[in-house]
Amino acid sequence: MSAVTLGKAITQGLRDALAADAKVLVFGEDVGRLGGVFRITDGLQRDFGEDRVFDTPLAESAIIGIAVGLALRGFRAVPEIQFDGFIYPAFEQIVSHVAKYENRSGLPLPITIRVPFGGNIGAIEHHSESPEAYFAHTAGLKVVAPARPSDAYGLLRTAIAGDDPVIFFEPKARYYLKEEMDLPVPPLPLGRARVAREGTAVTVVAYGPMVETALRAAEAAAEEGTSVEVIDLRSLAPLDVETLVTSVRKTHRAVVVHEAPVFCGFGAEVAARLSHDAFDSLEAPVIRLGGLNVPYPPSRFEKLYLPDADRILQAVDESVAYG
Amino acid sequence: MAEKPLAADGLSPQQLLDLYRKMVIIRRADQEALNLQRQGELGLWGQFLGQEATQVGATVAMESTDWIVPSYREFGMAMCRGIDPGEMLGYFRGLTHGPWDPRRYRFLPFTISVATQVPHAVGFAMGCRLEGSREVVLCVFGDGATSEGDWHEAMNFAGVFQAPVVFLCQNNQWAISVPLRRQTAGSIAERAQGYGFAGVRIDGNDVLAVFSAVRSAADRARRGEGPSLIEAVTYRMGAHTSADDPTRYRLDSDLAPWSSRDPIETYAAWLRSQALLDEGQADSIDAEAEGMAEAMRGKLRRLPLPSPAASLFDRVYHDPPASFLKEREEFEATLEPVE
Repeated sequence: MSAVTLGKAITQGLRDALAADAKVLVFGEDVGRLGGVFRITDGLQRDFGEDRVFDTPLAESAIIGIAVGLALRGFRAVPEIQFDGFIYPAFEQIVSHVAKYENRSGLPLPITIRVPFGGNIGAIEHHSESPEAYFAHTAGLKVVAPARPSDAYGLLRTAIAGDDPVIFFEPKARYYLKEEMDLPVPPLPLGRARVAREGTAVTVVAYGPMVETALRAAEAAAEEGTSVEVIDLRSLAPLDVETLVTSVRKTHRAVVVHEAPVFCGFGAEVAARLSHDAFDSLEAPVIRLGGLNVPYPPSRFEKLYLPDADRILQAVDESVAYG
Repeated sequence: MAEKPLAADGLSPQQLLDLYRKMVIIRRADQEALNLQRQGELGLWGQFLGQEATQVGATVAMESTDWIVPSYREFGMAMCRGIDPGEMLGYFRGLTHGPWDPRRYRFLPFTISVATQVPHAVGFAMGCRLEGSREVVLCVFGDGATSEGDWHEAMNFAGVFQAPVVFLCQNNQWAISVPLRRQTAGSIAERAQGYGFAGVRIDGNDVLAVFSAVRSAADRARRGEGPSLIEAVTYRMGAHTSADDPTRYRLDSDLAPWSSRDPIETYAAWLRSQALLDEGQADSIDAEAEGMAEAMRGKLRRLPLPSPAASLFDRVYHDPPASFLKEREEFEATLEPVE
């Protein structure tokens, strides 16, 4: 066992996928010689050659558009979108083609779009966004957002080996989060949440970067005598409703937290599902926490914008105090 | 097309006649489809009247192992690839988004959102090159597509990666109601220079000119010499689609010069002048076209309404999530049993 960071787990996942299947191609802006702006593709071009790991011109729509063409040709395309806020030029390709081409053609479409997402890194505009709800809303896509290194590795291997398109959101603020593990870990099926911490009083639902924050909040709550269960969704689409409902049948209360703005955010889906499927178990309304309904702020204000452990604790208290 | 076209050399009399035959047949299919739309059998029809030379010349110029990536007006090209026209009309009847197997015919699905198929063609061609395959991709779009960002991005990628792709612009001079001069102030063909490859402007109503230009471009791509752009200048003689009313933006006098340059009539006149087409052959081709139209009509009317649950759910994922399959079951349970 050794301590592996989330970033290195993803690098190893890409490396093992490239080694396992000659049809796997990794490409995007600066992913070749530089190894990516976050160094996630570090060393891959050196070891697998410029045909299989290559830099593209700076054009997100074409990066995803050629991924569609390569996938139709029989390749397993693993394009990188450099930052969350730069995915929008590719929105049409993703929604109109990546999501729909299987439906139109009957052909497999093995594309894994890697997207570093989320804030808390002190970045300038467009580098800290959480656009996952757009994609989770789109039928035909699978959307994952791992929180810890082993899950990132396992989900990535499954995504690349599968025949359906996956949007793979990487919590960039957690690239240096460590976990004691031996790689490789087995591929992890999509659509299975995990109980990241067991508890009895309130369920806190999170994914990606907010899982770590929720765990910190749960630790603090425990010191105050409140037992918080933390669910790490890992996969947004498909969504593991069963694990959510099982938890809420036990705790009777839920808080869902993400970095994206609350209005029409992914938490709305979680809240609605719980309100329907676990209505009789709930003793308080499901509380949604997220970013404010404003454009992502200048970085000096991001700590005010993003939910933190304190805000999660407040929500936990509010839930426990209800009724 | 008064003088003898340059490209006639190299094609046998039989092949020259077959170009005519294909143009006549796809025009008959186009007319029949429009009639079927007027009769309520199709939701929509997009005519390609006047563009037969571009569609036939380009398709025939490609090898059968090559791939074609169309927009949505390339019904004639699809017919030339052997896709059943009656079954294809299921698309316009609202029965399916994908009426044929793209791999069988090496013809990708129609793409409605303008220019978005161009990067697909480039990626596909990049894949051919990575495999060391000799296959080439023909990517087809209209003049309106050249205004889209995806068009530019794809051209640029093709140049950078030396993708074996032939870009064919069917410049029919109209994007619904917007004329070419409102689409671009410059030349479409000359833009290729900026991407580092050759561009050529040709008479898209001259089937032999189209054949020749596309064949040369495909040969270059096959030799590893990268992409080419061909701007085939033609004219959309009909409406944008059956839902369009061109009298609101186009004058009869706009059409007149192009009527006299009809691609089939001019080619027929040349074939006759070369003693390659006689009345008997022309009649026989007309009869074949009539038979095709009847068969197409019959096939369309016999197309079954596919199972709703299968149509809606069964091609969304190759590995459908359990929750998705549950949704399918719930949907199926809401359906009236088939009598």
